[in-house]
Amino acid sequence: MSTTGRAGRRRRRGEQPVVPRADFESYYGRPVIKAPSWAAPDIAGYFFLGGLAGAGSVLAAGAHLTGRTTTATALKVSSLAAVSLSAAVLIHDLGKPSRFANMLRVFKPTSPMSMGSWLLGAYGPAAGAAAASAVTDRSPRLGGAATGAAALLGPVVATYTAVLAADTAVPAWHGVHRELPYLFAASATAAASGMALVVGPTDENAPARCAAGLAALADAAVTKAAERRLGMVAETWREGRAGALLRAAQVLTAGGAVTGALFGGRRGGAVASGLALLAGSACTRFGVFAAGIASAKDPRYTVVPQRERLDEASA
Amino acid sequence: MSEERVGFFTDTSVCIGCKACEVACKEWNAIPEDGLSLTAMSYDNTQALGASTWRHVAFIEQPRPEGRTELPLAQGESTAQETPVGGDGELRWLMSSDVCKHCTHAACLDVCPTGSLFRTEFGTVVVQEDICNGCGYCVPACPYGVIEQRPHDGRAFKCTMCYDRLGAGREPACAKACPTESIQFGPLDELRERAALRVDQLHEAGVTDARLYGHDPDDGVGGDGAFFLLLDRPEVYGLPPDPVVTTRDLPAMWQHAGTAALSLLGGLAACFALTGRGRR
Repeated sequence: MSTTGRAGRRRRRGEQPVVPRADFESYYGRPVIKAPSWAAPDIAGYFFLGGLAGAGSVLAAGAHLTGRTTTATALKVSSLAAVSLSAAVLIHDLGKPSRFANMLRVFKPTSPMSMGSWLLGAYGPAAGAAAASAVTDRSPRLGGAATGAAALLGPVVATYTAVLAADTAVPAWHGVHRELPYLFAASATAAASGMALVVGPTDENAPARCAAGLAALADAAVTKAAERRLGMVAETWREGRAGALLRAAQVLTAGGAVTGALFGGRRGGAVASGLALLAGSACTRFGVFAAGIASAKDPRYTVVPQRERLDEASA
Repeated sequence: MSEERVGFFTDTSVCIGCKACEVACKEWNAIPEDGLSLTAMSYDNTQALGASTWRHVAFIEQPRPEGRTELPLAQGESTAQETPVGGDGELRWLMSSDVCKHCTHAACLDVCPTGSLFRTEFGTVVVQEDICNGCGYCVPACPYGVIEQRPHDGRAFKCTMCYDRLGAGREPACAKACPTESIQFGPLDELRERAALRVDQLHEAGVTDARLYGHDPDDGVGGDGAFFLLLDRPEVYGLPPDPVVTTRDLPAMWQHAGTAALSLLGGLAACFALTGRGRR
C-alpha cells in the first residue's frame, strides 16, 4: 500500500488535535516537489565563492583605507579569483555555456537569478579593476573608486544567494527565508576573514580576527534561530549529510575564531585559524544545500507542515 | 490576456484510468519516450509528471469497500465515514489524471531569469524552448513538482495546455481524448461553476469525501488554471495540501537580504574602527 494508514486518525470527541500526527499520507512515498538538479559543487560552491568574494571586497576596502596595503591587495586578488570562479561554475551548471547569453535578455526583479546575473555583471568588473590597480600600482584613483564600488556591491553579492535558495518551494530553504540572508552574511564574513588571516601579514590582521569572532557568534546564533523556525523540517538540518556538514561548520567556524583571537598574532596560528574559517564557511554552504535537497526529496517535509497549517486554519 | 482565461477541470470521480490522456498528450506534443519500467505502483508505471510526461494518471488502492461502481447507489445509505476501514479485504481505486496547474501566481514564471516562461493570451503558462537556458530555477520553485529539466538537454519542459491547438480554436489533446469527460476543458469561470454543481451532486449522493482542489482564487497560488475534484485528501494523490507561491515572500526576502548586507558592512566597519589604523 502506498498511503500510510488512516487507522491513527483521531476519533476523540470534542478534543483538539494537540500533538501533530507522526504519520502522513503520500503517493507511494514519492516526493511532492522536485529537487533542483543543481550540482552541489557548482551551486553550493558558488554560494561559498560569492560570499568569499563579496565580504572580501569589504575587508579589502577597510584594509585599503586603514593603510594595511598588503592585506588589501591580497584580498582584492582573492575576490577577483573567487568571482571569476563563481562565473565559471554558474556557466558550467547551465550545461551549454552559449546559453548564458539568454540570462541577460531581461531585467527581472521577481527572479533572484536574473538580479544576481546583473549584480555579478556590475560587481565582477569592479572587483577586477580594484585588483588590477592594486597589483600593477596604476591608476590609483580608478582603483580606489573600484575598491569602493566592490565594497558596496560585495555585501549584496554575499547575501542575495540566500534569496536565490529561499525563493523556491524547498521546505528547508523557504522555511528560513528570513534567517538565511543573515546566515549567509555571517558565513561570508567568516570566509573572507579566514582568507585575510591566511594571506595577510600578522601585523595587519587585527580587523580580520575581530570579524572572525563576530562571524562565529552570528553564525551560531542564526543557525539556532533557523532551526527553531523550521519546526519539524529542522530534522533536515540536523540529520544525514547536511547535519554532519552543519555540525562541522559550527566546530570549524567557532574553533577558527577562537584560534584567531588567541594565536592570530603568530603566522602558524593565523594560517590555521584562517583555514578553519574558510572550511567552516564552505561546510555551512554545502550543509544548507544538502538540507534543501533532503527536504525536497522526502514528501514528509512538504506535506506535514502544509497539513498542519490547514488543520490549524480550520480548527 | 486578450482571450478568455481557459483551463482544465479534472473530475477524478469519473476517471477510469485508461491513460488515453497520457497517450494523446505524448502523441500530439511529440514528447520523447522517458522510460518503460514496471514500478509496482498499482497500474501507474508513469510515476510522476516531468519533462517528458505532461499528463500523469495516478492509481491509488485503498482498503475500503466503497468501490466506484457503488457511487450512484450510495444515496442516503452508508457514507464514506461510516463504512469500516479495511472491510472484507475490498479495495477502492482512486484514479486521477494530473497535469500542470497553470497557476494564477506561477512561481516558475516569476523566478525564470530569461523570460522563457511566459503567460499566454489564454492565461496559461508556457516555456519557450528557444529561450530557456537550462538554469533549472523553475524546477524547485514549482510547489507541485510539475516542471522538470530533460536529461541530456538541460532545458525545462512542461504542459503547454496545447498552446498550438488553443490558437487554432481546438481543445487540448488530453481533453479531446478523454472518453469519460473526466478531463473537461473550457473557460475557467464556467468550469468553476460546473465543478461546484458536481460536488453538490456527489455530496447529495452520499460521496461526502468529494472535494475541489485548486478551484479557490484565494488560495496560496491565486487559484489553479487546472483544478480537480478529488475523493480523498490531496496528499493521497501526491498533491501538496496547501501550496503557496514562493514569490509571495520575495519582498520580505529582499528586505532581509538588504538588512543582512548592511549588517555585514556595518560589522566589518566596526572591526576596522575598533582596531584603528595600520600595523596591528
